Amino acid sequence: MARARVHIRLKEGILDPQGKATLGALKSLGYEEVKDVRVGKYIEMELENGSKKQLESRVNEMCERLLANPIIEDYWLEVED
Amino acid sequence: MHFGVVVFPGSNCDGDCYYVIKDVLGKDVDYVWHKSTDVSRFDCLVLPGGSSYGDYLRTGAIARFSPVVEAIRRFAEGGGLVVGIGNGFQILLESGLLPGAMMRNRGLKFICRFVNIRVENACAPWTSMAKTGQVLRIPIAHNEGNYQAPPDVLEKMEERGQIIFRYCSPEGEVSDEFNPNGAIGNIAGITNEEGNVLGLMPHPERASEEILGSSDGLFIWDSILAKLEGNTK
Repeated sequence: MARARVHIRLKEGILDPQGKATLGALKSLGYEEVKDVRVGKYIEMELENGSKKQLESRVNEMCERLLANPIIEDYWLEVED
Repeated sequence: MHFGVVVFPGSNCDGDCYYVIKDVLGKDVDYVWHKSTDVSRFDCLVLPGGSSYGDYLRTGAIARFSPVVEAIRRFAEGGGLVVGIGNGFQILLESGLLPGAMMRNRGLKFICRFVNIRVENACAPWTSMAKTGQVLRIPIAHNEGNYQAPPDVLEKMEERGQIIFRYCSPEGEVSDEFNPNGAIGNIAGITNEEGNVLGLMPHPERASEEILGSSDGLFIWDSILAKLEGNTK
């Protein structure tokens, strides 16, 4: 069984309200060293075996079509076969 | 004149839209299940508010793959009138029928209250019964109403008059103080380039009778009727 991991988060430059709220909470707990927080999503998938290249291309397509919204989000993916 | 109210799993303003069209406006209306693939018998389609598919992944992201959305796309390409309210707006964005994307409210809270919106472009088919600059009092109820679009897209939308409503003060002042959710440029409602597809976050179906605190939603409904009856100014 192959596995894919997809990380999605708002693009740089787009205000992330959840990240800002989390930053404020961390600071109020005394973690003054935290300078910025961005909150994203993590998706794991189990896939039928195939060539790594082909699986990556399919998962990339899934991100473009459904998993991420390319207007506001960036994504990274890794595939383990 | 025949309205269709599209029902996705998780829609919850469908009953209100149906009621206003049937009992307040006195027009024919049918529910359209999201599995339908033919909507050609209708004159105007309403995508109601709610939380289609539990708002999983992103609001509207899964609903846009419902079979009815392709039928709606063909209907819109043929010039049919399509209005998405709240979650309906979000579905139109995810399906690419309207430009831009919706993000979580900047205050991270679900906001349910009356807001004021200024009519930026009083024109057919959605706002011909109002005046440009007129302020309408209509409630919002959403968690993701923080509208965003790339600067070049926004500029084109401005030029073409696609920005129809902006959040404002009771007097019509558009400023950040009167922006409930962080939407860029206080945008509350937009159309596509052709003008026959409207998306808006405020709920006109919740403000169509005085007993509910405002009947300003009727400006929008009556504009649609005027267009369909051929009485547009």
